Order: sequence, then structure tokens, then C-alpha cells
Amino acid sequence: MQHLLSIVIFTPAVAALILALVLRGGSPEADRNAKWVALTATSVTFLISLFLLAGFDPSNTGFQFMEKYSWIMGFQYRVGVDGLSILFVMLTTFMMPLVIVGSWNVTDRVKEYMIAFLVLETLMVGTFVTLDLVLFYLFFEAGLIPMFLIIGIWGGKQRVYAAFKFFLYTFFGSVFMLVSIIYIYFHTGTTDMPGLLVYEFPYTPVHILGITIPGGVQTLLWLGFFISFAIKMPLWPVHTWLPAAHVQAPTAGSVVLAAVLLKLADYGFLRFSLPMFPVGNLVVGPWAMWLAVIAIIWTSLVALVQTDIKRVIAYSSVAHMAVVLLGIFSGTQQGIEGGIFMVVAHGFTSAALFLAVGVVYDRMHTREISAYGGLVKRMPAYATIFMFFTMANVGLPGTANFVGEFLILVGVFQVNTWVALFATTSVILSAAYALWLYRRVVFGDLIKESLRSITDLSTREKWIFAPLVAMTLLLGVYPDLVTNIIGPSVTQLVQNYHDALPDNLLSDLVEH
Amino acid sequence: MTSADFSIVLPEFLLAIYAMVALLAGVWFGKDKLAPTLLWITSGVMLVIAAWIGLAEVGSHEAFGGLFIDDAFSRFTKVMILVSAALVLAMGTDYMQRRGLLRFEYPILATLAVIGMMMMVSAGNLMSLYMGLELQSLALYIVAALRRESEKSSEAGLKYFVLGALSSGILLYGASLTYGFAGTTQFAGIIGVVQQGHLPIGLLFGMVFLIAGLAFKVSAVPFHMWTPDVYEGSPTPVTAFFATAPKIAAMALIARLVFDAFGQVPAEWGQILALLAGLSMVWGSVAAIGQTNIKRLMAYSSITHMGFVLLGLSAGTAEGVQAMLTYMAIYVTMNVGVFAFMLSMERDGQPVTDIKSLNQYARQDPTKALAMLVLLFSLAGVPPFLGFFAKFAVLQAALHAGYIWLVLLGVIASVVAAFYYLRIVFYMYFGKETDPLDNRMPAIQWGLLMVSALAMLLGIFNLFGIEGAAQAAAAALVN
Repeated sequence: MQHLLSIVIFTPAVAALILALVLRGGSPEADRNAKWVALTATSVTFLISLFLLAGFDPSNTGFQFMEKYSWIMGFQYRVGVDGLSILFVMLTTFMMPLVIVGSWNVTDRVKEYMIAFLVLETLMVGTFVTLDLVLFYLFFEAGLIPMFLIIGIWGGKQRVYAAFKFFLYTFFGSVFMLVSIIYIYFHTGTTDMPGLLVYEFPYTPVHILGITIPGGVQTLLWLGFFISFAIKMPLWPVHTWLPAAHVQAPTAGSVVLAAVLLKLADYGFLRFSLPMFPVGNLVVGPWAMWLAVIAIIWTSLVALVQTDIKRVIAYSSVAHMAVVLLGIFSGTQQGIEGGIFMVVAHGFTSAALFLAVGVVYDRMHTREISAYGGLVKRMPAYATIFMFFTMANVGLPGTANFVGEFLILVGVFQVNTWVALFATTSVILSAAYALWLYRRVVFGDLIKESLRSITDLSTREKWIFAPLVAMTLLLGVYPDLVTNIIGPSVTQLVQNYHDALPDNLLSDLVEH
Repeated sequence: MTSADFSIVLPEFLLAIYAMVALLAGVWFGKDKLAPTLLWITSGVMLVIAAWIGLAEVGSHEAFGGLFIDDAFSRFTKVMILVSAALVLAMGTDYMQRRGLLRFEYPILATLAVIGMMMMVSAGNLMSLYMGLELQSLALYIVAALRRESEKSSEAGLKYFVLGALSSGILLYGASLTYGFAGTTQFAGIIGVVQQGHLPIGLLFGMVFLIAGLAFKVSAVPFHMWTPDVYEGSPTPVTAFFATAPKIAAMALIARLVFDAFGQVPAEWGQILALLAGLSMVWGSVAAIGQTNIKRLMAYSSITHMGFVLLGLSAGTAEGVQAMLTYMAIYVTMNVGVFAFMLSMERDGQPVTDIKSLNQYARQDPTKALAMLVLLFSLAGVPPFLGFFAKFAVLQAALHAGYIWLVLLGVIASVVAAFYYLRIVFYMYFGKETDPLDNRMPAIQWGLLMVSALAMLLGIFNLFGIEGAAQAAAAALVN
């Protein structure tokens, strides 16, 4: 299949187009049809992406399933996957059908809702597989539009504030990436990523406004991309848009945000920061790691005092994303493999937790922790599922999250013991807030009158959680499934990274 | 004066003859009864001439001893001017007619303005420059005050006239200084003097005054004060006209002047344009935040966009000119769509301009709301829409020219600008339900809105081939 990758990218968009053009009116029948079309499209996309996975050759560290067409202004439509990106693609296509099923209860403007999610899927998959810088930026940025609408139209009470904050914050971040991209295009005359990955950007120090910048151009470009990804990730101290967006977004929006959109940043670090600007990473990377350490401790403590269930999980996401950043920036085999592993694991876990919040929110229409308690008496199945993912979030051995966190900590330890030491608190602190949340919501006596008639998981809800439980367990006990796919590509990345950094380069840079 | 000269100015000549014939016809046959027909005919004539110019043989010609230049650059901009003017005229017909504003003078004045603009972009001499500029301006002053009984419209016309006259004065002063120090009004002669090396201080002053005078016409900060008031006061179809064709002409005239007359000293005029660009981008974005009137908002939006266009021009390279032409083409396309929508904003038959009136418009008419959404995001420069590529092109040209700070300023301004475009989206999609707007929209407005929105999406495949034409036009100007 020559165009397999393009088919994966554009199937959801075609479905969205069909919905937009063919489906009429807001009748219940039309709404039902919209849901089924969306579900079919996302499922088919997932099935096609399985062919991608089946045909993928892990031992080949180059790009596979390449497609290339010339485009306007000297850019190219160029796509391909390698070991670093394929799991991001799979995560996206895997989550989308669950997201659609998870939004089966939507009643307001169903057609538009489904179109927004389908378009979003196309843009997310596109971001992960594109091999042209401008095309990357296009997909990366365009994703803001459907997400802005999803939060703004179907969100909670303060949805407008959250939508604007989300859009402007991330748009602000990415314009720096845009300037970097324009500079790269100007400097090298190409936006072709495979070419740029082996290009060595100059790293002689530059002087701007009397300040000497070690690592020169590489450092500046690294920063340009980093600002954008740090906001997207989001890294402390620019994380404040995320709790707002998560809390106000509809359940499915939160799921996509946590499971896939945040991962765009991790992918960006893997694809740009490390291989393209190794010297920049050497100069500024350690500072970013300390920011991540602060993020872990800070946001974990903040999570402890939240009164809204969704906010707790949102802050937990921020903390776990910071752990991923540590793994990637460690530049070690274990750290990076652990980072990607964690991305996948956190994708399942955070999605499941947001869906779990959605389950009780649908019934009670509140997310206040104090409104719940003793749910286990009425909802045993729900309590079990919630317990499972709480444990996974904490990083209990046997779940995929444990493998990821462990690998990351091993990787970080080799590079910086102090950072690793502080990063370990992530495990303890996440246990504190996650278990405490669980206790307050699920355990205790069922004393709230309103909770007496609450019903347990429906069959549909069970079916959403089932694949997530299965994957979390499967990867937890058999991590080779992931590491076999990403291993060779990560080895290559680490190899290139260290080759690009001659010994005592850092001292040279400073003395210049 | 030979027949060869006339064959070069034939399009302008025929359009002028048409304007006079139309004037006679209008006076002869019961005046305003003829106006709608006349408007459609004018539109048609402009489109035909645009096609004629667009398909004409290539090459550069001069007429009347260098007063008039016909090259790829002037042809490209003329086609843009004619097409946008024709579309804007046609889409405003219904609005004008129902408010009794459709007098037969309107299409004729618009035609005269268009002839002026065509003269402007072809000017090869300070005299023909001024002639074209004044023909355009005088016609537009009257059109701005078309709604005679309205105070705001009269105010708009008067304000436009007084400030326009002031800018013309500044321009003339610059022209006289330039003439005094260069000894000629021919662009080719001025550049000969400039080429001799040192730029006389008088010539420098002349250049600054010339650019300042023209900056009024493109409403670049700090010469922008008239824009919001004139946009607000004029009838909406006239505002739409102001926002499209005259902007192209004035911008092309600046390009023509700086490259043909002062082309050898890009460092001198580049920084003036860069300053104008920086101020316009920032002030246009910031000042628009508080606006609730969609016409005023579009005025500030146009100031921001002109800032970006000037940014491309200030690069002083063929690449910059190409970026500027591409930007103008995309900007005008977006504006036609947005104004087509604004023309249809009515409640109980009365035009409304408050953006709050768009509350929950997405529920009322999802298709039109979606088209507006596309256009607004495109105006904000968010990919994947065409507006992003316009911005990309000018930023790239500016970066090549070394204006890194200006590029950073531009991208930050575009984030600020995104806020006020998003505010319109906010009202349309997230707002509280209020009295709905009228559902009425003439087919031509609906069609142009849709075509413009689709163009923003489909254009990313190949820019509709204007890339090559813009490149040829830029090459003709910069050599």
C-alpha cells in the first residue's frame, strides 16, 4: 500500500466532510447517524493503522511508508513514520473510537461535535507523521481550532475563559516555533525534516544585546521550539491553561487533550530538540530538567488541595508529563524508551481517569469531591475500575505506568543523581493525592441523599474501559511489545545525539 | 504622442470612455432608475477589462515618455484592483438599493476611482503618480459621503477629505523637494541621481514626505487616524470598497515609488517602511481589542494587515515584493468574504454593526457561521488557512532582510490580533442567545462568502497559481 499513511491521516477528515455535506438537521435520527458515522470512521482508521503497525519494520531506523509530493512555496507534502512516531500514531487512532463512544450522551449540536473530533484526529495524526517543518507547524497549529470550539461550545460554566486561555496561550507559544522554522528555512533552504535531522546547525557562541549565548544558533532554535512545546506539554510555570481547559472541556475533550494533545509536545522534544539541536540541548536541557523537577513537586502538592476531581487529575497530568520530559532530556536509552512508554501508558491512564470522572459527572452533574463519598456501595464495578487506574496512575508494578516511570528514573539517574532523587518524589506524591482522592470519592459511608439512587456502569461504559484496562495490564507485564518497536530507533537517536556532542564540548563553548 | 502610446493605455482609456458614456446615459434616462443596471454593467465591464489585461501579451512597455509604465507588476495589481472592485460593487447592490442609496453616480464614481488606481500602479513619473492618486481620492471622498442625510456619513466624507487633502499636501511637498534636488520628476531620472552615490539631504526629505503621504492612503500607523471613523461612517458597501481596491493601489504605488525611484538606497527607505510596519502591526492589533463595532474592528484589522504587507515590502527584495503581492491577493479575497457577510447583518431590515448581535449565529445559520469562522481564523493567520501562508511569506522575506526583531514583533502582534478575531467567533459560537438576525442574504453575497471561505481552504493546495504570476510581477519591478 503506497498511500497507507495518507489514508490513515485523511480518513477521519473525509468522514467529517461527508457529515458536513450530507447530514441534515438536528433530529434525534440525524444525531444518531452522526455518532455512528464518527464511530465507524474512527474505528476504520484504527483498523487501517493496524496495517501500518503490522507492516512496520522496527529494525529499520529510517522513515517508512514515505510519501512525497511537491507543494506550494517550496514546501513538500511529505509523510513517514519511524520507531519514534509510530506509537504516537497508534495511541491516537486507538483512543479516538473510545472518545466517540465516550461522548454517546452528547445531545447538543451532535453533528458539529463529531465533525470537530474527526478533524482533530486528522490533524493530530498528521502532526506525528509529517516530515516537512511547515506541514508540521500547519497540523500542530490547526489542531487548536477544533479544540477551541470543543471547549468553547460543549464545555462547562467557564468554558469561554478556558477556551480563550487555551488558544491564546498555545498560539503565543507556537509563534516562536514559527520564527525558528522560518529561520531554519532561511538558513538551510529546506524544510525537509530527514535532511535537517542530519544537518549540523552552527553552535559558535553569538552575542545579542551584550549577552553571550553559548551554543549560539542551536541554543536559540532549541529555545524557540522549547517555548512552544513547553506550553503545549505544559511545563511549570506555563501550565496554568491546562487545569482551566481540562476542567471546562467536555469529558471527551479532556480525554483527547490528556491522551494525545499533550503528547504532541513530547513528540516534538523527541523529533526536534534532541536530534536537531543537540548542542542547544546540552546547554539549556539541564535547566529544563530542573523546571520539570519543580513541576513535579509543585503540581503534585497543588493537586493535593484541589476540591474538583478533574483538577486533581489535570494536575496529575502536568506532573507526569514533567516526568516524561526528564526521561527524554536525559538523552539515555532507558530514559527515552521510558519516556515513550510513559506517553503511551499515561495516554491510557489519564484518558480512563477522565472518563471515570465523566461517568459520575453524567449522573450527578458535579465534580466537587465533597459531593461524593461511599460510591463503592452503589457502584462496585465503577469502584474497581477507578481503583485500577488510580493504582496505574501511581505507578503500581504490573501496570504499564510502572515500567515507564522505572525506565525514566533509571535513565535520569545516570545523568543527574539529584534530579533523579527529586523526580522519585513523583511516585510518593502521586500516591498521596490519587489515593486520597479515591478514598474521599469512593470509600466512606454513603451519607449523601443524592447518591442513593446512583447507578453503576452501563454496558457501554464498561466497553470503553475494557480496552484501556487490557492495554495497561498487557504493557505492564509484557513491555517488550513497546520496546521492541521503539528500541532500534531510540538507540539510533541516542547514538546520533552523543556523536554530535564531542567530549568537553561544553567547556569549550563557555570559554569561547 | 503616437498610436503606440494609446494602445498601451487602451484599457484605462476605454474605461474612461465608458465612465463618460455611463454618465451621459444616467443623466439622459431618468437618472436613478438606471442605477442598478448601470452597476451591474460596470461590474461586468471591469471584469472584462481585468480578463483582457490578465491575458494580454507579456513584456514591459512605456507610454508618453515614461509617464505610464505597463509591466507585469502593474498588470498583476490592475487585475486585482479590477476584480475586487467589480465584486465589491456587485455585492453591495442589494444593500444600496433597499436604502435608497443607489444613485447612478455611485458606479460612475467607482469607475473613475478605479481608473485613478490603474493610473497609480502604472505611474512612472511624480506627475502621473499625483494625477492618479487625486482622481482616485476625489472620487472616494464623494462616495464616502454618499448617504447625504446621515451625519456619520457626511462626517466620514469630510474627515476623509480633510485628512486626505493634508496627505496630498505632504506628498506634493515631498514631490517638489524631490524635483528640486533631482531636477526631474521621472522615476528613471531620480534613480539616476540616487545612483551617483551620496543621497542629497533634500532628496532624502522628499522621499520621506512622499512615503508619509502615501502611508496615509494605506492607513499605516501613525497616519491611520481617519480609518476607523471613515470605515464606520460610510455605508457598508463603500467601506468594503475602501478596504480592498484602494489599498492594493496605494500599496503598489509605494512599491513602485521606492523601487523605481529610490531603488538604490533600500537601507534608507527600508527602515522607514519597517518602522511603519512595526507600528501598524502592534497598534492595529492592540487598538482593535476594545472595539465592538464590526466595521471599526475591520478598520483596525486592515491597519494590522497593512503593517504586515509593509513588512514584506521593507525587505527591499524581489522576494519581499512577491510576498507583498501574494499577501494583498489573499487579504483582499478574505475581505471580500467578510464584507459580504457584514452586508447581510440586518435585524428587522436595519443594518447592525455590533458584534454582540452575532450571538449564537452558529445555531441560526451553521453554514454561514462556518464560512465566517474559516475567514476569521484565516485573517488571524492560523494554519491551515491561506492567511497563514500570506504571513509566512512576508515574515520569511523580512527575516531574510535581517529584520529579526520586527519578525518577533509581528508574530506577537498576530497573537494579540488573534484575540479579537476569536471574539467574533466567540459571539457566533459560544454567546448567549439573543434576538436573531434576519435570514435574508442575496445570492451574490452568499456566493462570494462561500467562494472566499473555500478559497482559504482549497488555496493551500497550489495558491491558485498566483505564485508564478506574483513572482513575475516582482521580477518586473525589482531588477
